[in-house]
Amino acid sequence: MTTGKAKKFSRRSVLKGAAATTGLAVGSGAVTGFPTIWAQNIKDVTLRQFGTGVSNLNEVAEKVKEDLGFTLEMTALDSDSVTQRAATQPKSFDIADIEYWICKKVWPAGNLQAMDVSKIKNYDKIVGIFKSGKLTPESTIAQGTAPHSVGFVDGPDGTSFADHESGWMTLIPTIYNADTLGIRPDLIGRPIESWTELLNPEFKGKASILDISSIGIMDAAMVCEAMGEIKYGDKGNMTREEIDKTMAIFTEAKKSGQFRAFWKTFDESVNLMASGEVVIQSMWSPAITAVRSKGIPCVYQPLKEGYRSWGGGIGLSKNLSGLELDAAYEYINWYLSGWVGGFLMRQGYYSAVPETSKNFMSADEWGYWFEGKEAQGDIVNPQGQVMEKAGAVRDGGSFYDRMGAVACWNAVMDENQYMVRKWNEFIAA
Amino acid sequence: MTLKGLISASERTSWLLVSPLVLILAFFLVLPILTIVVVSFWNYNEFTFFPDFIFDNYAYLLTSQVTLSTYLKTLKFMVLTWIFCTAIGFTVAYFLAFHVRSLGAQVALFLLCTIPFWTSNIIRMISWIPFLGRNGLANSALISMGVIDEPLEWLLFSDFAVVLAFVHLYVLFMVVPVFNTMMRIDKSLIEAARDAGANGFQILTNVVIPLSKPGIMIGSIFIVTLVMGDFITVRFMSGGQSASVGRVISNEIALLQYPSAAASAVVLLCTVLLMIAVMLRFVDIRKEL
Repeated sequence: MTTGKAKKFSRRSVLKGAAATTGLAVGSGAVTGFPTIWAQNIKDVTLRQFGTGVSNLNEVAEKVKEDLGFTLEMTALDSDSVTQRAATQPKSFDIADIEYWICKKVWPAGNLQAMDVSKIKNYDKIVGIFKSGKLTPESTIAQGTAPHSVGFVDGPDGTSFADHESGWMTLIPTIYNADTLGIRPDLIGRPIESWTELLNPEFKGKASILDISSIGIMDAAMVCEAMGEIKYGDKGNMTREEIDKTMAIFTEAKKSGQFRAFWKTFDESVNLMASGEVVIQSMWSPAITAVRSKGIPCVYQPLKEGYRSWGGGIGLSKNLSGLELDAAYEYINWYLSGWVGGFLMRQGYYSAVPETSKNFMSADEWGYWFEGKEAQGDIVNPQGQVMEKAGAVRDGGSFYDRMGAVACWNAVMDENQYMVRKWNEFIAA
Repeated sequence: MTLKGLISASERTSWLLVSPLVLILAFFLVLPILTIVVVSFWNYNEFTFFPDFIFDNYAYLLTSQVTLSTYLKTLKFMVLTWIFCTAIGFTVAYFLAFHVRSLGAQVALFLLCTIPFWTSNIIRMISWIPFLGRNGLANSALISMGVIDEPLEWLLFSDFAVVLAFVHLYVLFMVVPVFNTMMRIDKSLIEAARDAGANGFQILTNVVIPLSKPGIMIGSIFIVTLVMGDFITVRFMSGGQSASVGRVISNEIALLQYPSAAASAVVLLCTVLLMIAVMLRFVDIRKEL
């Protein structure tokens, strides 16, 4: 973080700065996240954020500059590089935008600091998944690295995760979704209802799975469990025996030519699907949209066994203090105040505080994305592209239908190293 | 006797001249490799790696079935690529050197060979994907010509695709050195062979090939090292379904398993050095250049 010129300000520059900040507050209308600190030099602060492409968007940085006055530098990386950087280069960032399972992996490295929830204004409105682990009081907690289980530590310097809402959060949740299989309904021509279809010989040479071991193994487990071949204690924390069995089933399928390819990046998954090389595969929500926006039918198929879910959040670097730390809290409060939530929800993700996001979405958008209602008019994404025509209904329905049917969270297992080796053997087989 | 007497002035000049190269190689080649060797004995956990002296990284690597199958697969790619590159490279170079008469035409045709290499490696490789795909140009052309009824699945995301891309990417590394050595062959040797009653094939096997050996060997070294170390071509062209040694290392780096990646890199380095040492036994490049 840099405070730049701020170190040698004169009385004159202070006055100028104060005037500028006041002007800014008036100018922006300050609809969202009123800056609570009026330090005149906050506009000189630069916070460096890195994370995966899904939420590291330049639009967010621009809006931060507009609403809060300071500079947010965004770096988008793939999940492996994100993990690497969070674990090994603590001085290279101020804000880490990471997934919860990555948090489980990198928190012990001690590069992040816990956040005081009393400074988070919308804390009470954050969805239950991230606090008690329950979407609704009746919900059961899914398997895997459920966000709440790595969401809290005992104190500001806590190193082990707390099993209750301790008041010190590791990550402030920002974005999450429920993942399932993507299909080409035009090339399949019949209803798909279960994860077992991924290994159905009918799709021999036309299936794909993602080659990111920690996520791929979960999709594999969903399939094996749906086939009735394996009953897992916890798909997010398998035993060696469970890993062996899962990989054996998939290795056999691979050898018999079930898979057309394995993909590692978003673009690869889009190309495989759009070109018709693959008709059923693990996929991410925006990739489905990308295929559909080319005019090619593609469905994010809800399956009876449920979804594999993931969530991300922002964490603060241990090196943040003073004004930069204040600015970071400012940013977090702004993040949860609705604008970003609306921005993300209009792309098909969910926001941690949906009720504030609602203010930044039209009734039709809210109905389509959150409530699972039929679109009244064209549904447009934040960049102005038409995503869906009037009459469309979101695959999987409402927020509660989708997030309520989560079978498993992306996870990092105790047997992670063993699993990675087995996964590599599967790829090399 | 003083030190000055021991090292003559000309020797000192030689030391001085060679020192920049020594320094550069020491800093940018020897030091990094030493670091890799050192790290390969370190230990690691999920999020960090730390100094230690363990043999686990090597123990797993050298006993694992995956290593064996990965090396076999990589060697298979290497051998196939080498065969095709040598055959094509030799033919192209032979044509340029012996069939094209004017020097101007030789240079022009040679430059023509290099044109595809003005674009990026990755772009040249990825362009094969839409061409070879299930609904790609190759399949639709074959279907419309009535040669096949069903699209050929093995064109893309297969070993065929990997070797095809490798040959396309690296064949120039064979053409250039072979062409270079062929241009140095004294034409009178060929005339002499002809006068002595050798036919075209005998001239090829008894004169041209033996004299082109250094070029073939240099091209082979390029191809062996490039294919053995590749990770991106195998990943894209096999659709992520084939492993190669380079991919294993890149996966390990991605998973923060630096010590284990370092161990893999050391083993790969030793393997490639060994292969080159064996190749150099057949031809003394320095003597023949």
